[in-house]
Amino acid sequence: MNCTALSLTQLSGRLAEKALSSVEATEACLRRVEQVDPKVKSFIRVDRDGALRAAQASDARRAAGKTVGVLDGVPVALKDMLLTEGLETTAGSKILRGFIPPYDATVVRLLREAGAPILGKLNQDEFAMGSSTESSAFGPTHNPWDLSRTPGGSSGGSAAAVAAQLCFGALGTDTGGSIRQPAAMTNTVGVKPTYGRVSRYGVIAYASSFDQVGPITRTVADAAAMLQVLARHDARDATSHRVDAPDYSQGLEGGVRGLRIGVPKEYFGDGLDSEVGEAVQRAAKVFEKLGATLTDISLPHTRYALATYYVLAPAEASSNLARYDGIRYGHRAQGIKSLKDLYATTRSEGFGPEVKRRIMLGTYALSAGYYDAYYRKAQQVRTLVQRDFQSAFQNVDVVLSPTSPVPAFRLGEKTQSPLAMYLMDVLTLPCNLAGLPGVSVPCGFTRGGLPMGLQLLGRPFDEAGLLQAARAFEREHDFSSRWPPLTRDARADC
Amino acid sequence: MKLSVDDVRHVARLAALRLSPEEENAFRGQLEDVLGAMSELATLPTAAVPAMCYVQGDGGATRADVVQGELGLEKALQNAPARVGSHFAVPKIIE
Amino acid sequence: MPIADFQPVIGLEVHAQLLTESKIFSGASTGFGAEPNLHTTEVCLGLPGALPVLNEKVVHMAVRAGLALNCQIRLHSVWARKHYFYPDLPKGYQITQYEEPICEHGNLVFPFGDTEKSVRILRIHMEEDAGKNIHQGAQSLVDLNRAGTPLLEIVSEPDLRSADEAAEYLKALRDILVYLGVNDGNLEEGSFRCDANVSVMKKGATEFGTRVELKNLNSFRFVKQAIDYEIARQVELVEGGGKVEQETRLFDTQRGETRAMRGKEDARDYRYFPDPDLPPLVLEPAFVDGIKATLPELPLAKVRRYVDVLGLSEYDARLLTADKALAAFFESALAHYGDAKKLANWCLGELSRQVNEKGVALTQVKVTPVQLAGLLQAIDGKTVSNNAAKEVFGAMFESGRDAQSVIAEKGLGQVSDTGAIEAVVNDILARHPAEVAQYKAGKVQVFGFFVGQVMRAMKGKGNPQTVNELLKAKLKLTRAF
Repeated sequence: MNCTALSLTQLSGRLAEKALSSVEATEACLRRVEQVDPKVKSFIRVDRDGALRAAQASDARRAAGKTVGVLDGVPVALKDMLLTEGLETTAGSKILRGFIPPYDATVVRLLREAGAPILGKLNQDEFAMGSSTESSAFGPTHNPWDLSRTPGGSSGGSAAAVAAQLCFGALGTDTGGSIRQPAAMTNTVGVKPTYGRVSRYGVIAYASSFDQVGPITRTVADAAAMLQVLARHDARDATSHRVDAPDYSQGLEGGVRGLRIGVPKEYFGDGLDSEVGEAVQRAAKVFEKLGATLTDISLPHTRYALATYYVLAPAEASSNLARYDGIRYGHRAQGIKSLKDLYATTRSEGFGPEVKRRIMLGTYALSAGYYDAYYRKAQQVRTLVQRDFQSAFQNVDVVLSPTSPVPAFRLGEKTQSPLAMYLMDVLTLPCNLAGLPGVSVPCGFTRGGLPMGLQLLGRPFDEAGLLQAARAFEREHDFSSRWPPLTRDARADC
Repeated sequence: MKLSVDDVRHVARLAALRLSPEEENAFRGQLEDVLGAMSELATLPTAAVPAMCYVQGDGGATRADVVQGELGLEKALQNAPARVGSHFAVPKIIE
Repeated sequence: MPIADFQPVIGLEVHAQLLTESKIFSGASTGFGAEPNLHTTEVCLGLPGALPVLNEKVVHMAVRAGLALNCQIRLHSVWARKHYFYPDLPKGYQITQYEEPICEHGNLVFPFGDTEKSVRILRIHMEEDAGKNIHQGAQSLVDLNRAGTPLLEIVSEPDLRSADEAAEYLKALRDILVYLGVNDGNLEEGSFRCDANVSVMKKGATEFGTRVELKNLNSFRFVKQAIDYEIARQVELVEGGGKVEQETRLFDTQRGETRAMRGKEDARDYRYFPDPDLPPLVLEPAFVDGIKATLPELPLAKVRRYVDVLGLSEYDARLLTADKALAAFFESALAHYGDAKKLANWCLGELSRQVNEKGVALTQVKVTPVQLAGLLQAIDGKTVSNNAAKEVFGAMFESGRDAQSVIAEKGLGQVSDTGAIEAVVNDILARHPAEVAQYKAGKVQVFGFFVGQVMRAMKGKGNPQTVNELLKAKLKLTRAF
């Protein structure tokens, strides 16, 4: 039996039946990483010892009848944005090479407390700035469905690892679509929680008023199980929501009868791949068949969202990345004589081109004389984007759209044009501007066999409603039981 | 939106980045493109629209005045590229 | 034109460290003098992923200070990031307040010469302190123990017109902050720091001159010296047909002059923007009212009350209130002893002398205000003489014992029994007939001799007033013979 093909919740069931041990499941994952990941390149660091120790501890708890929940013993992996005490954490950047965090991110602590062995750290765009995982200092990750293509990004490593059956679930971060877009490109489920739903403590900051951590998994139920562990108030994050989450598994199978779904016309415009557009329209019909009502809606400021995002996120990033100076941790330029050189040379050596570009852009937007024209203006438009959603949600419960305008694109296809790459987030980033929850769920394959995803956006803190709708759709299809070709070659019996 | 190489250098200096001449040129063009794409924001009338700085609104959590959570010297200094005693060391600062 | 034809215009920016246990945005201790970098958390070090969470005590203290300085308290205030690169600034930005500070539009009234002067407070905001750089050979060393210590920045309007005014304003401000218990008022150690903005204009002019910011003013003396030097420098410059540059100048304490800071290159662009990690601070009106209700009486109000209600001299009132602990001691004792003047004399006299001599803090002394009141009652009740009382107080100060028990133990009790004193007086007069004759012949100075003899015979314990009265009466009697 190939246990790595199980979903997270299926594995959890097997562990509970003692049909399988956590050590067996963890070893199976580690074997698959060895076999498959040289092609996919999703892991940038494997923590074999740490994972096996945690697995042994989990098995011991189970033997003693003291398991701590659904995730106990289930091997997972983490985007490299999340700090892991004692395990190098780099955000995919040369500037953090060798950085050993002295503390765990809150989400990492929560996963450990939930008993999940952590297999290692996953590749990403440098500081999560990118939509293809190509800006990583560790080289690109390949899409398991077509190794010549990107898995999307910036959480491309997380999505690819889940799609390639290297782990049972992974955490990503989503600032402008970095969980949902790679999920759509890899036939996985990705959840970007409401801003404030999941702690940002110990999560390397890209753009602080946008960043959220969320799960990438094979099924909606898996995503609900992981989110359940993460969605807690954290006193160490002043923006953390003060109410703990409801039980996401409760109404998961409740269906969509009576659900009012809005379909925004602005999300089906120029630049949308026709196969993706058709797949999402088909999906809309499925929802209708299941008892939901469809309404055409308008989110009129959508066309300004991209520009707004690419002013505000780089502005925050230029500030958040000022701390990387080679003084207290991380890369430091050698042979430096003056303080000024220490800063300029360290940072110029340590940051890659996309990060430098966004720091420049953000610094410009905040600089004297341009602040009002760019930064403040963009903040005002952000308000308009948020108001669009607020008025839409007076008449509908959920907004349905494509997740990514195109299926997975080829490696190198968009690296020469920053604007072309930025357009990959055009359908996901309005959600981050408004701070809303969003889910991407598989909605089929192109004729060429590439996965596609649909996006559901909801009211603040209505993750439960989104997961319920996503599950209703998922149940009607067999997408989650389809695997990339390369997974068939690998053996990971357990 | 026109940018000069001097503009690029000024911004790089503010950001403590040293750019090669090739980078300066490339960034000049790319930033011009991106800023050009952003200029469409200027067409929106927003005089009466409040700026949105925070997603969830006002009133973040606070903490009591209690000493806790110091890392200890070993953890505080474990990643330091250069240190003298328990100080971080940098090239001499000239005022 | 002489310097007298110019009007100096001065505004002060004060940075006062708040007396909290932990830092403004982290749980690290604010303790002074620890091993470098010991008092740090991931927040103080600016580690990736670390987030600030506001210390509520800082807000409390800021509101206290704002109310004491008659400010409007903003119920909605905003945190901003101020960017610059420096090794003692671990995040590459300082968290401060910019567009919406917690306090605005206040004023401070302080005594100046025979009058009072009022200076407007532009704003007070909360921010984090930087760490410290130490220069050693070819390297600089970074200690982040101070990084994140809470500061109040208190900015005055340019209402000050001389170096003396500036120094008095500063003293009054320091006294208030110390009274409020929010700052220790130590300029030398840098927990109360001052920058001065100085410009000059011709008298009668309506527009201010170009201002220069002065730094490194770490004593009241230096504040005066630096401002006076700077005024003279600017006047000389303008008179010579030159122009004052807007710049920052450091005060050189060795040479007593100001000099321009090197390496200023392009004017700084701090790129302030609202800190997305810290939602705006929102205060309930009831919170502010609660703090208002517990605000202590401030130095100037105390001086007025001591003079107007207690009848103390202005001079004594100032001295008593200059030290919050002394004023508190005085007022506690006053609750048990009604003669404010006498009590003030003892507080400013023996009590202050002992405190200075022994080098102890007034808050640490063993003798209590109630005990001092007890001693003064004993003097009034004539159980101890004024002179002996000083010795008694010395012992009380050392031991923390009551006046009565010290008096009894040392045998310093005063004899007020008329019969006993009369016997001694009779004896002395009988033994010195020659002096009695001299007195009778009109040499009244001999009276002192009799008093001395009686007191010596009584080992100083005779009530002086009774001794005097009896001697006078007896000598009158003998003269009548």
